[in-house]
Amino acid sequence: MPGRSLLEKIWDQHVIARLSEDTDLLHIDRHLLHDLGGSRGLLDLKSRGLKVHNPELTFATPDHALSTAPGRAGTSKIGMELLAALRVETAASGITLFDVDQPGQGIVHVIGPELGLSLPGATIVCGDSHTCTHGGLGALAFGIGSSELTHVLATQALIQKRPKTLRARFEGRLPLGVTAKDMILALIGHIGAAGGTGYAVEYAGSAIRALPIEGRLTICNLSIELGAKMGMVAPDETTFEFLRGRPYAPQGEMWDLAVKAWRELPSDPDAVFDREVVIDVEKIIPQVTWGISPEHVVGVDGVIPDPKAVDDPARRAAIETALEYMGLQGGAPIAGTPIDWVFIGSCTNSRLSDLRAAAEVARGRKVAAGVRAWVVPGSENVKREAVAEGLDKIFIEAGFEWREPGCSMCLAANGEVVGPGQRSVSTSNRNFVGRQGPRARTHLASPASAAASAIAGAIADVRMMGR
Amino acid sequence: MPKPFDKLTATAAPIMRSNIDTDVIIRIERLVGNGIRGTLGKWAFGSLRYLPDGSENPDFILNREPYRDAEILVTGPNFGCGSSREGAVWSLQERGIRAIIGSGFGDIFFANCFQNGILPIIIDKAMVDQLAADIEATQGAGKVSIDLEAQTIVSPSGARHSFEIDPRRREGLLKGLDEVALTLQRDDEIHAFQTADRTARPWIHSTRTPASRTSA
Repeated sequence: MPGRSLLEKIWDQHVIARLSEDTDLLHIDRHLLHDLGGSRGLLDLKSRGLKVHNPELTFATPDHALSTAPGRAGTSKIGMELLAALRVETAASGITLFDVDQPGQGIVHVIGPELGLSLPGATIVCGDSHTCTHGGLGALAFGIGSSELTHVLATQALIQKRPKTLRARFEGRLPLGVTAKDMILALIGHIGAAGGTGYAVEYAGSAIRALPIEGRLTICNLSIELGAKMGMVAPDETTFEFLRGRPYAPQGEMWDLAVKAWRELPSDPDAVFDREVVIDVEKIIPQVTWGISPEHVVGVDGVIPDPKAVDDPARRAAIETALEYMGLQGGAPIAGTPIDWVFIGSCTNSRLSDLRAAAEVARGRKVAAGVRAWVVPGSENVKREAVAEGLDKIFIEAGFEWREPGCSMCLAANGEVVGPGQRSVSTSNRNFVGRQGPRARTHLASPASAAASAIAGAIADVRMMGR
Repeated sequence: MPKPFDKLTATAAPIMRSNIDTDVIIRIERLVGNGIRGTLGKWAFGSLRYLPDGSENPDFILNREPYRDAEILVTGPNFGCGSSREGAVWSLQERGIRAIIGSGFGDIFFANCFQNGILPIIIDKAMVDQLAADIEATQGAGKVSIDLEAQTIVSPSGARHSFEIDPRRREGLLKGLDEVALTLQRDDEIHAFQTADRTARPWIHSTRTPASRTSA
């Protein structure tokens, strides 16, 4: 019998009942709620006459619909209603809420790891597709829809079909100026936005092992942009050091017990994967998207694809549609494209290390005239730590706007939008049509690349900035 | 509880662009609020259906006869990728869509369809392309028939294709089963699992910590 993979080990530990050959009823260890869907789910449950099965395994925070302006000024009436409903319904159900301005509040996928709620070997769900982020700690984490959300509230369990397994191995040493964001964008460019559909992805290899946890979280965050709703990294000493002493991480004897169990989780050497991909990270250069799918990505020193040079009619048409929307010319270099906005934030890239990387580029420089640049920390704790280090001052002196934690301009559910036809370099995860606002044009990139672009006033290669 | 699905013969609209994401199916601002159900049909595919001035885009297929009344979509690769928003499925449902035929779907969107009694069918891309061509050859007048029990699709050309579907999901759709109610019948098993797991993995279950510990 072949060895078992990380996915199989975690999966098997959570089977409450086998429902068919490939479908199980799984126990859910952590359920995270946010303002957009949390109160709706709790109200749905109430309307069915049901109660939350395990409120102590359920945690909530507002992030999506909240304004990130100072003082939260500008949160819409409906955003305020959702916040009020989340407060009322979580209190009524005995669910811990990390509320506005309190340590613990923030983007759900930032606070889970930060608070030690997200643990290796745990099953974690949330009504948000970027729940795969938590896989960076060796958890089995995935996004669910509203119906499944209600199911988890009612039963603390979920019916799931066992996915196929894909191992993506990143090998080699990461070149200077190249980040976790560039690694995962390069993989998406390589296997496509549906390359991971139906799979749980395990990220492995020397370059993954060398990454700090925040980088692993960024990698796993974009699993869904690969089509995979689950992405994970095997837990190791880096994971344990990250979690030790976090508010909700186990302590004392329980910590020792947990670490002992977590050491058993990594895939066995002879584990078999349904698909395997190897990426040589030494060949990766900073990535930037040019189109309307994350697979529309090139190295920042590259050129925008020319549809005239593409034979396949479907692919040609797809490029033409993307270029028309983006207002770009095929065959032109991507670097130097003038921009209107820079957004540094989102569950992909709003953690302390992301802000440090951006601040390192911004320090002593100025945002180009005509560019609005926002920095939106991922959580109240990230904000406070960044302020304690003086990062806010570096950004403000450079002409960036320093904001309150939340999802902000990543999905534009809060009135924070890039204007029609305007062009943004964003550290978020989706360059979809209208994602950052109706007819907004989004280029995804790393925090360092985004900061470099803010200074240059155009899409820029951070490696040319001399730091 | 989802509406049961067994057979359907209806107008089908091919929307063949790759990677139509759930943001394109329904924009986020339509989903902010707890009273959105029932308001979403007219916003399905909003950015494709309407021009910037709010008028209908005559080039978009669902704005043309007879596709306006389509109950089936035939879609390009990776339809419904992106966000987990179930509002994408609700908006299609409210628009009258009951089945979607494509070569692949976003995983979460695919699961959300079943939760709402919408049948997503995966067949080979060549078959999807042929089906789309058959529909376009009749300018949409030729209907597509789906029989879930028999697992067949009949194209306007008369060509019959069979499709695979997970047997549990098939049964769920045919009977319109409510998964929450079904799982609650296993509540004893859930409690038994949790009791054993509290011993095996106590760190998962002891989550009540004093407020003073919440600052990282």
